[in-house]
Amino acid sequence: MSAELGQISLILALVLAALLSVLPLVGAQRGNEALMKLAPSLAIGQFVFLAGAFAALAVAFLRHDFTVSYVAMHSNLLLPWYYRLSAVWGSHEGSLLLWMLLLGGWMLAVAAFSRSVPRPFTARVLSVMGMISVGFLLFILFTSNPFERILPGPIDGRDLNPLLQDVGMIFHPPLLYMGYVGFAVAFAFAIAGLIGGKVERNWVRWSRPWTLAAWSFLTFGIALGSWWAYYELGWGGWWFWDPVENASFIPWLIGTALIHSQAVTEKRGAFPAWTVLLSIAAFSMSLLGTFLVRSGVLTSVHAFANDPERGLFILVFMGIVTGGALTLYALRAPRIMTGEGFDWVSRESALLLNNVFFTVSAAMVLLGTLYPLIIDFMGWGQISVGPPYFGAMFILLMTPVVLLVPLGPLTRWKRDGFMRVVRPLATAAIVSIVAALLVCAWLESWSLRAVTGWIGGFWLIGGAATFGLRTARASRSGLARHQWGMVLAHAGAGVFLIGAAMVEAHTFERDVRIAPGETVEAAGYRFTLHEVVEVKGPNWRADEARFSIHRGDREITRMAPQKRHYHRGGQTMTQVALKPGVFRDLYVAMGEELGESGAWSIRVHIKPFVRWIWGGAVLIGLGGLIAASDRRYRGKRKARESAPAAAEATA
Amino acid sequence: MIRMLIPLGVFLALVALLVASLQTGDERKVVQSPLVGKPVPQFSLPGLHDPDTITSRADLLGEPFILNVWGSWCWACRVEHPFVERLGREAPIDLIGFNWKDEREDALEWIGRFGDAWDRHVVDFKGKVAIDLGVYGAPETFLVDHEGIIRHKHVGPIDATVFADLMQRIMELEAQAQ
Amino acid sequence: MSCQLSVVSKWALVLALVPLLALGSAIEPYDFDSEVQRQRFKSLAEQLRCTVCQNQSLADSDAPLASDLRDEVFRMLQEGRSDQEIRNFMVERYGDYVLFRPPVAGHTILLWGGPVALLLIGLVAAVIVIRKRRTAL
Repeated sequence: MSAELGQISLILALVLAALLSVLPLVGAQRGNEALMKLAPSLAIGQFVFLAGAFAALAVAFLRHDFTVSYVAMHSNLLLPWYYRLSAVWGSHEGSLLLWMLLLGGWMLAVAAFSRSVPRPFTARVLSVMGMISVGFLLFILFTSNPFERILPGPIDGRDLNPLLQDVGMIFHPPLLYMGYVGFAVAFAFAIAGLIGGKVERNWVRWSRPWTLAAWSFLTFGIALGSWWAYYELGWGGWWFWDPVENASFIPWLIGTALIHSQAVTEKRGAFPAWTVLLSIAAFSMSLLGTFLVRSGVLTSVHAFANDPERGLFILVFMGIVTGGALTLYALRAPRIMTGEGFDWVSRESALLLNNVFFTVSAAMVLLGTLYPLIIDFMGWGQISVGPPYFGAMFILLMTPVVLLVPLGPLTRWKRDGFMRVVRPLATAAIVSIVAALLVCAWLESWSLRAVTGWIGGFWLIGGAATFGLRTARASRSGLARHQWGMVLAHAGAGVFLIGAAMVEAHTFERDVRIAPGETVEAAGYRFTLHEVVEVKGPNWRADEARFSIHRGDREITRMAPQKRHYHRGGQTMTQVALKPGVFRDLYVAMGEELGESGAWSIRVHIKPFVRWIWGGAVLIGLGGLIAASDRRYRGKRKARESAPAAAEATA
Repeated sequence: MIRMLIPLGVFLALVALLVASLQTGDERKVVQSPLVGKPVPQFSLPGLHDPDTITSRADLLGEPFILNVWGSWCWACRVEHPFVERLGREAPIDLIGFNWKDEREDALEWIGRFGDAWDRHVVDFKGKVAIDLGVYGAPETFLVDHEGIIRHKHVGPIDATVFADLMQRIMELEAQAQ
Repeated sequence: MSCQLSVVSKWALVLALVPLLALGSAIEPYDFDSEVQRQRFKSLAEQLRCTVCQNQSLADSDAPLASDLRDEVFRMLQEGRSDQEIRNFMVERYGDYVLFRPPVAGHTILLWGGPVALLLIGLVAAVIVIRKRRTAL
């Protein structure tokens, strides 16, 4: 029964979304309070039904209802309950349902936390989001229904892809989608502003915390995906510039530009049209990412089942959403007033530069990702664009950013003197160079990448610290939350840079042949293989190699990588053994058994500072969340709270 | 106003590219061989039924022929087999089997089960010659003219459409030769 | 009934693909002559695309063909061939498609020059914007 309830829930959610996309908007245009007031109720109702549909699918998985085709395809009797739950979003149909649930959640949050915002504006925002809902719900119901039945159902299902049977898979998609979908809020605010006709500073103030939160979730989602690929795929890499990764990275780059341009628009009223455009672009890039991942136009390691029909649907939907938004932009943007002026050296100029570099980077990643399609379209043959291109270009574009980041926050709005900005950073510059050289001397790593990575990383951290200390000294109340957030995020970029540079420069990697009783030397560590035994899991069996690792005479740890064979699907998978550490990870993966000798091929990695990559990313994301929680965004509400409450009381 | 239309223009160009790409998605999955129009590379390989007979490039020249790459491990080869058999019967030129990365016993057993469609057979168990031929997955089918030039390559199983296309090309080759 | 059929055929398809999608990594112990040779091997294997795979490099793929091609790369390194010769060997057989770093040529001008051109346009635009805004001071 649960599948049918889910189906009905989904249809009811569609009905409410359709009402939501029309009624409050009409109300806002005509000044009809009653229609506008419907918006929050409709948003709540929609969320309830979406949650119902989602729960129905989860129940089908938990109860092994294999008459639901989606369950039969992605679960089986041996699968543990937590993977059955995460299998809900393990493939195309269910992941779209998760997407919708999160969109419903964001709408609920907007409805709940926007009491400070004038009612017509909230009504428009929720209507725009309702339109997005309608599109996605139609997409699910017509092309990707997760509740489709097969009768009679099979006795047992197939298997969830073993790569997805992992804790990373439980958290990665929800966080990533929180980010993707969250940009719909920024989009809706921008469109609501355009529809309202007066795009003023206020809409940016209302939009900022939402944008920051969405961007933070996207940061966490991407970082988690990277960490997952690192330990799960067994190659030891952390970023592959695969089209699907790029599909999440492009919105992130645009989002980074957006949160910075919002600062200018809110504080000084400058670049309002540009901020609107970036708001549209960030969500459009999320839609484009959805298209790239699910249509099969590009070849990727982690694509969903390819289906051109679904691709066409998303493309048409994207055409309507983005095309409509950009048309509205072309009509209304010329009327947007421009803010106050500023000089060459000013915070405005610094943030403008930030936007140039981040949008060009996003354009570069987009161009590289789509270039094989362009070449094909022109009939010029076939090419591949891979990590060597993206890596080189990205470093080229980001080097100036790293140099300039510490200057930005220290620059005053409107007009400043170059020397006044640079002077406080002299200490940070000298300290970062000296410290970097000392660290490199201590680590004996003199490659260009490592040295520049340490200098750049310390420079970012030092710059953030300089700003933090100076601001704290200047104001009695210390740093505000948004300043804390910024300091943390910029320092996090430094931590990330150090990690990335050290991993790229000094990873030790060896493929070796080893038999039980033998020892392999790797960068000062000795890996001894004791035995290879067979072990069993709930739905797999595995060959497990048992290693002890010594440094000097001391045993540091034991490690047991596995080669797993999954019963149901018949897949074989490498389960990496990891010994994480602040300064290095030890990493062992099993290859093949070499002949009958009992010897195996194994891969040993020593990855210096690899944790700093994700540590840095987490700091960046936390910075965003802390900034989003700043009192400034809530302050206004308290002041105005009494007014709507009184209005409601009389109504 | 014009300036404000630039983003819309860029976006529409992007959509146009994606619509076009959506339709050619399957074609793009096939890697085009740079060897089409070039001579068949040098090789000498043992036979499948007769390991002692060595066939080299020179032995095949003079007449056009079809080279059909397959392996007993290859699932799609079973799918295309009826059409390979039709090629063997209906095509007026030699059909050479190219058994790739296989074991002799497995290949012979496979032929015993599904039928021997080929006029002649070479084996490349190590896959060295296959690399020179730019083979990257079985089944693949090459059409070579009487001068030893690769005129056409098809990647993937032969179906009715591909079969008709191949026959057409073979007829054209024959017509040219006369 | 049609639902069931479609599921069955999908299953068949997935089963058929299993050998291609064998998961895991390509772990092979080669005996390199020197550390330099090891680095060259690694870098070449990372720059060359495995043609049967879903966007993986030769270094990452454990498809049988990728393994054969790694053997070829190793053999050519042992023979003392240059990186460019080895890349050419692959391109002659599989086309430009195998290069993860596309060559700089007429048809890739937009790819290599595009971002640089965009950056210049962006910087010029920024200068124009700032000059204009200065007048509003």
